[in-house]
Amino acid sequence: MPFVPHTQDDIAAMLATIGVASIDALFDEIPRELRIGELAAIPTGMSEMEIARLMQARARADGQPVCFIGAGAYDHHVPAAVWQIATRGEFYSAYTPYQAEASQGTLQVLYEFQSMMTALTGLDASNASLYDGASALAEAILMAVRANRQTKSTKVLMPRTLHPAYRRTVRSIVEPQGIELIEVPFDAATGQTSTGQLDTAAGADELAAVVIVQPNFFGVLEPVDALTDWAHAHQALAIALVNPIALALLSPPGDWGARGADIACGEAQPLGMPLASGGPYAGFLCCKMDLVRQLPGRIAGRTLDLDGKPGFTLTLQAREQHIRRGKATSNICTNQGLLVTAATIHMALLGPEGLERVAAACHANTRALAAMLCEIPGVEPVFDGPIFHEQALRLPAPAADLLRALAAHNLLGGLDLASDYPELGSAVLVCATELRTEEEMQSYRDTLARIVATHSQAPPEM
Amino acid sequence: MPIPCRSAMLIHDQSRTGRRATAQAPLDAPQVTDIPEGLRRRARPALPEVSEMQAVRHYTRLSQKNFSIDTHFYPLGSCTMKYNPRACNSLAMLPGFLARHPMAPETHSQGLMACLFDLQEILKQVTGMHAVSLAPSAGAQGEFAGVAMIRAYHQARGDHARTEILVPDAAHGTNPASAAMCGFKVREIPTGDDGDVELEALKAAVGPQTAGIMLTNPSTVGVFDRNIQAIARSVHDAGGLLYYDGANLNAILGKVRPGDMGFDVIHMNLHKTFSTPHGGGGPGAGPVGVSKRLEPFLPVPMVDFDGDDYHWLTESERPETIGRLTAFGGNMGILLRAYVYARMLGREGMGRVSEFATLNANYLMARLREAGFEAAYPRRRASHEFIITLKRESRELGVNAMDFAKRLLDYGYHAPTTYFPLLVPECLLIEPTESETKEDLDGFVEAMIAIRREAQEEPETLKGAPHKMPVRRLDDVRAARHLDLAWKPAASETTHG
Repeated sequence: MPFVPHTQDDIAAMLATIGVASIDALFDEIPRELRIGELAAIPTGMSEMEIARLMQARARADGQPVCFIGAGAYDHHVPAAVWQIATRGEFYSAYTPYQAEASQGTLQVLYEFQSMMTALTGLDASNASLYDGASALAEAILMAVRANRQTKSTKVLMPRTLHPAYRRTVRSIVEPQGIELIEVPFDAATGQTSTGQLDTAAGADELAAVVIVQPNFFGVLEPVDALTDWAHAHQALAIALVNPIALALLSPPGDWGARGADIACGEAQPLGMPLASGGPYAGFLCCKMDLVRQLPGRIAGRTLDLDGKPGFTLTLQAREQHIRRGKATSNICTNQGLLVTAATIHMALLGPEGLERVAAACHANTRALAAMLCEIPGVEPVFDGPIFHEQALRLPAPAADLLRALAAHNLLGGLDLASDYPELGSAVLVCATELRTEEEMQSYRDTLARIVATHSQAPPEM
Repeated sequence: MPIPCRSAMLIHDQSRTGRRATAQAPLDAPQVTDIPEGLRRRARPALPEVSEMQAVRHYTRLSQKNFSIDTHFYPLGSCTMKYNPRACNSLAMLPGFLARHPMAPETHSQGLMACLFDLQEILKQVTGMHAVSLAPSAGAQGEFAGVAMIRAYHQARGDHARTEILVPDAAHGTNPASAAMCGFKVREIPTGDDGDVELEALKAAVGPQTAGIMLTNPSTVGVFDRNIQAIARSVHDAGGLLYYDGANLNAILGKVRPGDMGFDVIHMNLHKTFSTPHGGGGPGAGPVGVSKRLEPFLPVPMVDFDGDDYHWLTESERPETIGRLTAFGGNMGILLRAYVYARMLGREGMGRVSEFATLNANYLMARLREAGFEAAYPRRRASHEFIITLKRESRELGVNAMDFAKRLLDYGYHAPTTYFPLLVPECLLIEPTESETKEDLDGFVEAMIAIRREAQEEPETLKGAPHKMPVRRLDDVRAARHLDLAWKPAASETTHG
């Protein structure tokens, strides 16, 4: 019996102690008619050998194409030590650190993670993670609406340069609470959001918050100082959505504008988490100290024990569902603890200079890739604004056709922008992280050049 | 002033300017010249600068300060701390799965999607629900999705008067919090002396304002609510829907199905029942299952199979969906671990889980009662967990449940859940799970007896516990009053790039 250690003697002795004749008798309070028989549609159990064979075949079936897609999930190098340590049983199989004295390892990791995230974002406080970047942004918006006592508004400006899947996630999570999301258009030439567009989108309405994305979904760098100052001039909180790798190079949200962003959130995946089909990743959420009591999720704090020795514990728990129930800052309970452990080890291994090297290498690779692809007739940048490590490119044929043809050559050529941004025509969002080699980029260019040439001669087979 | 102690030394304290783990980052550091100066960072972030060995040693040592399933009996009630098979981890981390980009085309995703589709089918079967979405990232997000579907269902029918969700007073805190996040008012229903929901109070509470009820069965007091069919009738007759909190699914897996009990929507905690790791607080996975009438509202993405190929179902195929809960559709790596576990159990293993979880709980309850501890519901069978109340020890010996819990750590046992559910005074909620041996359960009983003896003879030992952990009891009040949430560099320590 896998995962059940009982011998027949154990079972007999245990039943005798309980005073029942069979295990079945222990279920005698459940109405008979509710009991089920065999679950015939579920296959019979497999040995470890058999399931390994099945999973290896399925993992192989997905191949390992060369990835030029970014769009919120980035193919970075993960140091070997990160997951060797994170999957140690003491981290992997521990629960949320409710018994602080028996969980000092996890708690100190959380405290160090919070320290690193506040350093990257330039803000005062961080929580110990949310599910992912998109749900973290939703929580940031809920937090801002609760915290903004000046306007008491439920309206939030959300730029169209925000990741479409993030916009959809935010909508699902915040709209049941009556929050109104107002979309802000972008400048068709630069791909940026401007204060003029904020003016138009807001109209005469009071606002709770403005979402500022750096870099934005197109990889373009936004004029964050002006946008932050605009938010504050309108008594709105400034919510920064940022890429943690980019923060090694870019101005931290705490420094934006005259007063700094109030809240910063984002996706921690680039910090040591494999692509893994979209998860588990981890959302992070940081804020200024005066907002800390509105922060959702677990927070670790440093305190003293009975002997006056420093130690770590979960703190400000009066914000949380297990204490405050229906009046909690969020319903979140389980978060992404193990991913935080990985991110913390990752940041410790890279340090400030290593992260900066990764950021610079991604930036340089994407610039190089875009330049190579633009050698192909009909391929050109969609926007002229400065970028970090992604770029939107216009293509001379429908992006879906070209991407399908590239995939047949084991190349994931980027994300098709057609369905979410039809106004851009045929366009693709590409990314080349530090992992992409010169040869891989050349292979992408050469393959795309051949496909474009063929495509211009004959329409594709459908 | 406390003396800075090596045992709580931060990675930051080991940092020296200019030291780094050089093998980890690209060797070439290209100059960045085309990002406008005004958007650049002026000073490098104050991240630690350490060698690779320092980092490895530091985090390995930190791991050794944790209790975990792999190292200790961890009978944390309502958390199902069962063994996490290692095969689940290594097979979910096969390169093909780890390297897959979430937006990879379906042609390069059939292996993953086959696993997800199979898992949807297994979960449907074992819960008796009509359809399943794997999208929610954890139990609380599953609850949010479930309540949002209840909301969407009533709205789609033009029934806007249903503004209230009923929740038993013993429920997990996430239940009322999730209902509130979906914009509902929460109304509490009392629990009777026998641990079942008070049926008359429920009947008095339901009405045209009732959107639904959120129930855990077996409940958080560790008993199966015998009136579940009457509860379902009462709520359904009033036009409300039934929500099943799957936190305690381990108690009934393969024996009874929420769908057969009359539930319209459920969430499952795969990090409990399906043995995926808790990871020190996550990640989890909280798939939702629904009856036929709620099927259009399930969160996306889901996986469909047309007989040849697997396809994603997203917003465009499912226009009535409550939407997306994370950017990329869930904790895929956790879903893969759960899938491996489910396939290793197979149909015959599902029922075995609840049988032996229940056997272990009833045995442990019987042994503790024999030893003179008081069960909160002595006339009821334990489900997969049960409650011991230490109110007598508290009254007679002046030691409370927290003191017992902390002293258990010294004996090498993780403490049970303490002070939850709130309606039982000085309670320990104990869930041994099916993976523990009789010897380990016996050892726990011996520890409880020894601790009670200490409480009689030397109560200060308990009051000052734990004594053998890396730290002694921590000052939570100080932690909340003097907030120290992040290491900050002294002004001069900030390195400039």
